Amino acid sequence: MINRGYYERFGGAYLPEILVATFDDLEDKFIKAKSDPLFWKEYSDIMSTYSCRPTPVTFAENLTNHFNGARIYIKREDLNHTGAHKANNVMGQGLLVKRMGKTRVIAETGAGQHGVATATMAAKFGFKCTIYMGEVDVQRQRPNVFWMDRLGAEVIPVREGTRILKDAINEAFRDWVGNMDTTHYVLGTACGPHPFPEMVSYFQSIIGKEARKQILEIEGRLPSRIYACVGGGSNALGIFKGFLADPVKLVGVEAGGRGLDSGLHAARLSSKDASIGVAQGYKTYFLQDSDGQMKETHSVAAGLDYVGVSPILAHLKESGRVRFESATDREVVDAMSLTIKKEGLIPALESAHAFVQAFKEAPKLSKEDIILINQSGRGDKDIFTVADAFDDPRWKEFIKKKAEEYNA
Amino acid sequence: MLELYLKSRLIEKKILLMTHIVLGYPSFEECFKIIETMVNAGVDLMELQIPFSEPVADGPVILHANQKSLAEGSTVKKCLDFAQNVTRSFDIPFLFMSYYNILFKYGIDRFAVSMAEINMKGAIVPDLPPEEGRDYLNAMKKYNLDPIFIFSPTTPDERMNYLASFGRGFIYCVARKGVTGLDTDFSGQLNKYLERCRMATHLPLALGFGVKDKNDIDFLKGKTDIAVIGTQTIRLVEKEGVGAVDEFVRSLR
Ligand SMILES: Cc1ncc(COP(=O)(O)O)c(C=O)c1O
Repeated sequence: MINRGYYERFGGAYLPEILVATFDDLEDKFIKAKSDPLFWKEYSDIMSTYSCRPTPVTFAENLTNHFNGARIYIKREDLNHTGAHKANNVMGQGLLVKRMGKTRVIAETGAGQHGVATATMAAKFGFKCTIYMGEVDVQRQRPNVFWMDRLGAEVIPVREGTRILKDAINEAFRDWVGNMDTTHYVLGTACGPHPFPEMVSYFQSIIGKEARKQILEIEGRLPSRIYACVGGGSNALGIFKGFLADPVKLVGVEAGGRGLDSGLHAARLSSKDASIGVAQGYKTYFLQDSDGQMKETHSVAAGLDYVGVSPILAHLKESGRVRFESATDREVVDAMSLTIKKEGLIPALESAHAFVQAFKEAPKLSKEDIILINQSGRGDKDIFTVADAFDDPRWKEFIKKKAEEYNA
Repeated sequence: MLELYLKSRLIEKKILLMTHIVLGYPSFEECFKIIETMVNAGVDLMELQIPFSEPVADGPVILHANQKSLAEGSTVKKCLDFAQNVTRSFDIPFLFMSYYNILFKYGIDRFAVSMAEINMKGAIVPDLPPEEGRDYLNAMKKYNLDPIFIFSPTTPDERMNYLASFGRGFIYCVARKGVTGLDTDFSGQLNKYLERCRMATHLPLALGFGVKDKNDIDFLKGKTDIAVIGTQTIRLVEKEGVGAVDEFVRSLR
């Protein structure tokens, strides 16, 4: 490995020896691809013909009027193929897999968005595909499991540990240490050992590149603040990277779950509950006990329900460049509901975290201010969770009837 | 010094036995009995795994042992206290095996001090390559403890030399790809790999992952200095209880 992927105190590559050669090769292929001007062209071409890039920036006129403060814009990552920013990372890594000559891909997934995106990429490029998903997430994101099955991916429910995202990552690593000759692990977020944080945020930086150009075209000036939800940190880094050198405030919003005081949350950078540790191959802030055992996390949004966070974001927090906030499950459902009613947009529960914080700050800003929210994905996948949150009687009726049909 | 101890034992025995247990699984009391049995049955050295919530290099058997031990309330402090009792009671070298976060959170230097105080001889930290291990290597050296490094079949010759330059005590050679607890094919492929390992270091070689019976150990005689039995004894204790350990260990020679 040429560099070990440190962002000041965070990052690194804490690898078992069996994987060292695989990571050396991956880093090598990634560096070569990055310095090949044709590679980014190939990548952005495929994103425009297979996904929906550039995704638009939408002016949220009704929300703007509603809050009577800053002008609210929304970057529409929900309009990607498969409905989330995850497609950006997956197609990029897929092109690398072709260059590496491997024939099988594996991935972890929490919300199922990364799993579905990986399964589409595998179908398109002709790779075999296995997806690891915590048993809890299989239950709460069932529509995505259905689509992964249809796409020909093998979905393996993970019953170890806390049975959510981190446990799915562990199982994917366990698969990989046995099968690295044929298999690439398509990690879904800007976490894990180097070069993953750098590589995933490199592919996701397409969001910020586009958004900066678009907002300048529309408004002729930069936004004052940008909001993104933070699970592992890939959509946040994707949009932030376009504005790091600008006088723009960057705000990452983590899962506050049942509230920071409840202990039932996944706030690593916006609460005092996390401390620096090394797990899953990298050094960052983890929600862990004083012995270094990882804790159980909680969020209504499976994609944010994770113990660690991108080492790049941990560094940007310490340097003061990015501010971190949290949103509770309740606030998230309310913000989603408001966005649906006012704009006809359906953000994913993950994305709705960013909306919560933007809605808190928009009224305090002036009408001259512009804010930009990254809508990382669409909420269709959350239909069961949202129906429960609204306690929707007609939906329940439908599910009961459907169950009767199957039982008949 | 571990290396000298091993080399002197190797004058009498063709191959040494190292066993592995997960501390606190099934319980600390049973761990003590298992260790006692193993020492009496002639095991030459042992690795004591401090459980971690994310043991990524371990297969299902050791993973569950880690999880159950933690669920029963194992802590690093309990593991250290237990290890102290063990080193006082038995006269073979004991090593810690754990993932890096356990040492990191405890404080690397403090961990090494504790190890030295309780007379542990060294440590195996499978997710800590030397490139990330400067603090660890310094602390181990300062307190005269042996950092055990790992070779794998995917490790190129040049890197084996590099790893050997940091390793002390012995080198742990992982027999194959994959996690702990899967079968290993003891065949010609392994010979070539072990020859490469031998070329890279003057340290004794231990071979682990998939070693489960006398046949495997007979195959390894003359090729490696230490055979490591990990998952197999944990499986045995799960199926037949601590009472079966004595006969099993004796059957290996
Ligand atoms: C729609 C959506 N947004 C956000 C995330 C969180 O991931 P990240 O922080 O890497 O963007 C996920 C993860 O599953 C997701 O599906």
